[in-house]
Amino acid sequence: MSTNHETIAFDEALKTFEPVLGLEVHVELGTRSKMFCGCSTVFGADPNTQVCPVCLGLPGSMPVVNRTAIESTIRIGLALNCTIASWCRFARKNYFYPDMPKDYQISQYDEPLCSNGYLDVTVETEDGPEVVRVEIERVHMEEDTGKLLHTGGATGRIHGADYSLVDYNRAGIPLVEIVTKTIEGTGHLAPAVAKAYVAELRDLMRALDVSDVRMEEGSMRCDVNLSLNRPGDGWGTRSETKNVNSLRSVERAVHSESERQAALLSSGGRIVQETRHFHEDTGRSTSGRSKEQAEDYRYFPEPDLVPVAPSEAWIEELRATMPELPSDKRDRLKAEWGINGFELQTIVNAGALELVEATINAGVDSAAARKWWTGELQRSANESGVELADLNVTPDHVKQVEALIANGALNDKLARQVFEALIAREGTVEEIIAERGLAVVSDDGALLVAIDEALASQPDVAEKIKDGKIQAAGAIVGAVMKATKGQADAAKVRTLLLERLGVSE
Amino acid sequence: MDLIKLSAADLSDAMSKGEVSAVEVAQAHLDRIAAVDDRVHAFLHLEGESAIAHATSVDARRSAGEQLGALAGVPLALKDNLAMRGVPTTCGSKILEGWRPPYDATVVERLRANDVVILGKTNMDEFAMGSSTEHSAYGATRNPWDLERIPGGSGGGSAAAVASFEAPLAIGSDTGGSIRQPAAVTGTVGVKPTYGAVSRYGLVALASSLDQVGPCARTVMDTALLHAAIAGHDHRDSTSINAEVPDVVAAATRADVRGMKIGIVSQLSGDGYQAGVSQRFTEALTHLEHLGAEIVEVSCPSFDYALGAYYLILPSEASSNLARFDGMRFGLRAGDDGRNSVEQVMSLTREAGFGAEVKRRIILGTYALSSGYYDAYYGQAQKVRTLIMRDFTAAFAQADVLVSPTAPTTAFKLGEKLDDPIAMYLNDVATIPVNLAGLGSMSLPAGLAPEDGLPVGFQIMAPPMADDRLYLVGAALEAALHDQWGHLLIEEAPGL
Repeated sequence: MSTNHETIAFDEALKTFEPVLGLEVHVELGTRSKMFCGCSTVFGADPNTQVCPVCLGLPGSMPVVNRTAIESTIRIGLALNCTIASWCRFARKNYFYPDMPKDYQISQYDEPLCSNGYLDVTVETEDGPEVVRVEIERVHMEEDTGKLLHTGGATGRIHGADYSLVDYNRAGIPLVEIVTKTIEGTGHLAPAVAKAYVAELRDLMRALDVSDVRMEEGSMRCDVNLSLNRPGDGWGTRSETKNVNSLRSVERAVHSESERQAALLSSGGRIVQETRHFHEDTGRSTSGRSKEQAEDYRYFPEPDLVPVAPSEAWIEELRATMPELPSDKRDRLKAEWGINGFELQTIVNAGALELVEATINAGVDSAAARKWWTGELQRSANESGVELADLNVTPDHVKQVEALIANGALNDKLARQVFEALIAREGTVEEIIAERGLAVVSDDGALLVAIDEALASQPDVAEKIKDGKIQAAGAIVGAVMKATKGQADAAKVRTLLLERLGVSE
Repeated sequence: MDLIKLSAADLSDAMSKGEVSAVEVAQAHLDRIAAVDDRVHAFLHLEGESAIAHATSVDARRSAGEQLGALAGVPLALKDNLAMRGVPTTCGSKILEGWRPPYDATVVERLRANDVVILGKTNMDEFAMGSSTEHSAYGATRNPWDLERIPGGSGGGSAAAVASFEAPLAIGSDTGGSIRQPAAVTGTVGVKPTYGAVSRYGLVALASSLDQVGPCARTVMDTALLHAAIAGHDHRDSTSINAEVPDVVAAATRADVRGMKIGIVSQLSGDGYQAGVSQRFTEALTHLEHLGAEIVEVSCPSFDYALGAYYLILPSEASSNLARFDGMRFGLRAGDDGRNSVEQVMSLTREAGFGAEVKRRIILGTYALSSGYYDAYYGQAQKVRTLIMRDFTAAFAQADVLVSPTAPTTAFKLGEKLDDPIAMYLNDVATIPVNLAGLGSMSLPAGLAPEDGLPVGFQIMAPPMADDRLYLVGAALEAALHDQWGHLLIEEAPGL
């Protein structure tokens, strides 16, 4: 394994070289059963409990295609503006590896189910949002492999391990592979385009409801192909970076691989065609297996399966039931919520679109819904490193809190504490308010006592206010808020204070 | 009543009349196996206890008045490449020694549902690669007609079991003639149904696009009864045909060729066919003509390339189908000493576990599928396959069925062709075309070759999904020959 730490800063690299990208995204379909047998696909079961003769590749067993998987793939193809093949076959990809029960993978080769489409993605530039069309080469179906666990040895790899265990629960889970054509001419936007493309694909899969697209669980995985060339030259040699398992990593992988290749090329070096492994912790990749001697997978049509020949009627039926796609939805929401593209992008980037939408649909004001999800709640999610949706705060919670703010029972500061407690799973909104004693102090008497105390301790400020310097009132209001631990309504304190001093605004 | 000499139909009749019990029938056959199988070596594994247990249950249910199937209580020998839960399934290979499948093949399920009593698993060329059963890792099976001769292959065990009266019925699999050629050289009947007519689920694959499970017996009617029991759509086999199975039993009963056009394939006769084989074939045609059929000659020029195409397609698919035998999950594991890498263990396992013929074909297939050679080999072979299908289509426009000798020669001597793969492969020259086209075909005895006194096979080929025609013609010819001989040909086999 060679690790090259020599790099050239990205901006510098882009002055000399033009990046050419190609992205291969694997999506695990959310079908209830596997691609070629009836075994469950539920994630996280005990090892080798969701297996049968078919997905274990036992002698004599035979695959049968999952119709829902075909349907999902066609829907993905339609959403990506692809041509749907009227007739295509599965193919066997032959290679020996212990995570693959049959020592061949049932995949598609020269006859993909969907081909020649595109996906428009939006990236932010200095001049505002820019739409980039990413062309899709193909969308095809295949089966996933089992999972290897290597114990002992230095590298956590199969070589050098004391022993290795295989879990075949994942073997046979349906995958679609979505392959782009080469993405050229994006220049310094390349990392952003790559990230935006994968993010858009993820949203598309969610909208189609074909996958749970959880990158951290591996239900969506991205391989980044990248080469650099000097403007006017032909394409350079590409590397393929695997194990890129988050949106941020997609961006970082393009960034760092550009830097690495630029340094090598600038110093007269040569890019080796190879597979590289991305490391989430360092943001860099290390060399994997060389592909200089291209592996020969001896593809041939899978003779155990009849061809897939979706009828025109079936395709049209699926087309007619396509859900609203993310880009159309964004246009609609901008209009409905009265926000611009940048504001919407903020919500999308926070992964909050569905949550904000649900909150607004629950009756919360658009501005308030956006404020909570992209503000306080997103901050909490980032801090604890979880997805917004996994925060234990629901649109209904936001609705309850907003209703309490509207009737004066809570203020923003107290509301933040409610959310904090919800995230800490302290109970329901009502329980939290009761338990923590969170309620706006609306008793005038109590507030007047606090105001008098504050005035007494700051007589000079009191004089200034009486003299008409009303802006000085902030200091007293602040003291009252502090004394009531934020449980007072600041506007009300201010009104009471001015009345007390006989001053009008 | 010599139980082992009875046909399945007669045994069934006797059992339903209460003249004999299923246990007695099973025991008679187990006794026969005990008496002769050390010489014939048709079986790799016996399931005596479970056979008797099943027969006991059949008897109990029969006496309780339960309506049982046409083959209830009839014993059967199962080829060792069909998965049977908990029962050793080796495919004649060391690499699967000791493996007991955790599931039943669909065919096994259907046999059970029909209350057929499975006696054990029969010998075969390793992974069904061969025409003599000499490629079994567990020793050759011998031909009951002459123990120094081969029983055909790959299903020599199933054919020999039937021919030596160890079982009235057997299941075989036919990829290029593995049911029909053994039937021909042992004087028995074997049918390869239309591709997709019988489920392949649980059949350890040799070449998926060619393999087909089928029945073996001593009479055309028995073969039809077994065919009817195992055929039909199976949702677990994607290539299984979802259509009604032609009524083969009715066809075997009708046994009528009047008005039928029977086509002789000119490419499957003449040069390369033993004189006695050609003679018996011609005599059979005369019988059919007398029975009211019209004999025509048809030409299928692409058949000349069938053997070549077959020996590219079969090894290609086999090289992939046999990849899973890597020592990781089941069967043999060699070289697992804690030092060898996983690739080395896989390699050592395959080196130790596969025999020479299997290795030869895996190497051939791996080469034929390789990038840069695929188009020239696998691709060309598939084109030949299309041409062969067209030849068949054209021929069936002129004839209702096609006929030929099943094999070019009678049974050869053990060891005679072992060192000459091409000579061995040529045995299948007449049986291969139907596998490439996915058609049904039958071999039945046409008599003994005068020069060596050994059985000759007569092959009938039918259009897709018209397997009933095989039985119409086969049963008619069988009856005519029976009238001529006064008994079944197998009665002339020397006693063991």
